Amino acid sequence: MKHITASIAALVLGFIFGLGLLVSGMVDPANVKGFLDVTGHTYGAWRPQLLAVLGAGMMVTTVIYLLAKRRKHPLVEAGFHWPHATVIDRRLILGSALFGAGWAVAGYCPGPALVAVGSFSTNAVIFVVAMAAGGYLQHVLQHKLAAR
Amino acid sequence: MGNESWSLWMSAVLGGTLIGLASGGLMLFNGRIAGISGMFHQTVAGSHEAWRWTFLAGLVLAGAVALLFFPSLLPAAATPISSSGIGDTLMVVAAGLLVGFGTRMASGCTSGHGVCGLARFSVRSLAAVVTFLTVGILVTFLIGVFGGGA
Repeated sequence: MKHITASIAALVLGFIFGLGLLVSGMVDPANVKGFLDVTGHTYGAWRPQLLAVLGAGMMVTTVIYLLAKRRKHPLVEAGFHWPHATVIDRRLILGSALFGAGWAVAGYCPGPALVAVGSFSTNAVIFVVAMAAGGYLQHVLQHKLAAR
Repeated sequence: MGNESWSLWMSAVLGGTLIGLASGGLMLFNGRIAGISGMFHQTVAGSHEAWRWTFLAGLVLAGAVALLFFPSLLPAAATPISSSGIGDTLMVVAAGLLVGFGTRMASGCTSGHGVCGLARFSVRSLAAVVTFLTVGILVTFLIGVFGGGA
């Protein structure tokens, strides 16, 4: 029963997240490209508004995280899974750099691409399949390197 | 500031607030970080944890509901009819590969490192955000100089 409640909670929260992405303009690749075009040299004008998406999203999350930290356990699961990693290594920086490059080329990051799959955008479907392949490739390479 | 620009700011704040409610909510209810690339890669790898599948399903559902009931929310690029040549398609594939490879390598994207990481004042996540924004801005500039992009 607890499992079902947790799954439904995640479904509703995913839906709200998706609505947020739609309302915010993140699902429009032209908006994202315009946001990254700070000089306006590539697409004509800088569109700074997505800064407010990150800002508002982060502030609201911060407040709810503070509420969560006062609790012994989450509302529908047994325990909190706060991340513990703090290391800033080559893997973090190189990975983020590759992500930033792909983000700039397509104007999609993972969340908005999945929302656009729901509205049957052909490009988003292609993007998400390639994203799965890219992640798998990274996983395989990581293991090969670790095995040496 | 024109009316159009003002309404874009309002949408950004409203959308960001919804994103924050959902990200914070996933910790408060499920005890989890709302990192979409992490959920995606784990799910593709066959995760048995149902919450990952249902959260991602909620994202896709939002797109489907928008298409059915609020088509005005959808940009032209997110509708079924989006014309693009083979060159554009190859760029989309390349971008998807980079995003998939990079987010798995860095264990996070705009949601996990961006919204959630910054919300818990993680310096590691801040380093990731500064990196992907800087490279994103740089690559956008280079697209303007040399052409390309999807």
